Amino acid sequence: MAKTALQFRHNGREVAVFVDSGGNLLNALREGVGDVSVKFGCGQGGCGACTVLIDGEAHLSCLTLAETIEGRSVETADGLKTGPELHPLQKAFMDNFAAQCGYCTPGMLMAAKALIDRNPSPSRQEVVEAISGNICRCTGYEPIISAIFSVAAGGGAKRA
Amino acid sequence: MPVSVKTFPTIGEAAAALSSDRGARYLGGGTLVMRALNEGEVALSTVVRVQDRGLSQIRATGGRVTIGAGVTLAQILTERELAFLHATARSIGGPAVRNMGTVGGNLYAPSPFGDLAVALLALDATVSVQGGFGAREVAIEEFLAGRDRAMGSLVTSISCQRPAPDALRYRKISRIKPKGASVFSIAIHVPNVGGRVSGARIAYGAMAPTAIRAKAAERALEGRTLDASGIAAAVGAAAEGISPASDSLASSWYRREVVGVHLRRLLLGQDA
Repeated sequence: MAKTALQFRHNGREVAVFVDSGGNLLNALREGVGDVSVKFGCGQGGCGACTVLIDGEAHLSCLTLAETIEGRSVETADGLKTGPELHPLQKAFMDNFAAQCGYCTPGMLMAAKALIDRNPSPSRQEVVEAISGNICRCTGYEPIISAIFSVAAGGGAKRA
Repeated sequence: MPVSVKTFPTIGEAAAALSSDRGARYLGGGTLVMRALNEGEVALSTVVRVQDRGLSQIRATGGRVTIGAGVTLAQILTERELAFLHATARSIGGPAVRNMGTVGGNLYAPSPFGDLAVALLALDATVSVQGGFGAREVAIEEFLAGRDRAMGSLVTSISCQRPAPDALRYRKISRIKPKGASVFSIAIHVPNVGGRVSGARIAYGAMAPTAIRAKAAERALEGRTLDASGIAAAVGAAAEGISPASDSLASSWYRREVVGVHLRRLLLGQDA
């Protein structure tokens, strides 16, 4: 299969990989870059497990043609932490028991980050809307909504 | 399955490539074409892209708005000129899908998807299509009816007359809120001339393989006032001409049963 060279920013770092012609960004990240924080769920745009930020906007990596991100910036859940420090969203997910099996969590975190980056003090309804494209089959969503809401400026009481 | 990706600088070159290759599909936001690739659709051998920025422009001149085929659903939501389409755009997908999915692509979305096309159909929109031999304008109804036979061309923009405030009403019935595919969607544009309905348009999604007009119900409303008897006439004809599918969201029988209920509520301005 024909391979195409691709360069982009991955969590702030320049990377160069070869991708299959017509291949999606999800595979480029998992197999090319080695970032397996991005999950394959449905491959149809229905579940949100593969959500990443492209130039700061939430996109589904399984429906993104890898070649279209040449020169652009991709953020994944793997890039949320700073050294040993977890991102506030990650801490909040732990504190609120917002993950059970954890498969949806990377996508949920990125969908939440897309919201918080743009709107630091969202309403509860805006939180619900922001993760409406992400399916979780374990938690029933409430702990996830509480976690995101607790990070939002002025939203919910932050837990110790 | 090897797939070749061809990126062209102009719309004309892309249209020529699409019309000369049966296995070629145009890639807009990726929500349809990449999905087909992920599912291993063997008929798809070439992905065509265009770098022309004109495809993502929105122009408003006089009472008419022209929306580039590459405009995303998220872009519609940030555009005040397109306020009349906000409710429809917001009802589609989650934020990531709206950041990707385009106006042009929505015209090709198979039932039960394609809710934006329902609103555009109720607005009598015009679709600009670039084929291998030139550009043409097609009424959206004609476009949708022939879309599955005419894949070798490229939609460049969609235009419509801007409706009077609140003249376009839209409702999507889905099992999951806020995001869920349509049990069905319905858009009505009911211009009021001197208290009487003139030029009513009623469009359904998920009631046929593509978005369709409810012409019998439109005729029943023509010249009537939107009172109990005028609305009852339209509701009586609501299911004429529909051929809804049975799928995991609803049965064909259920869709036929509820179409009139929701048409009545929408005409009355009631909540779902």
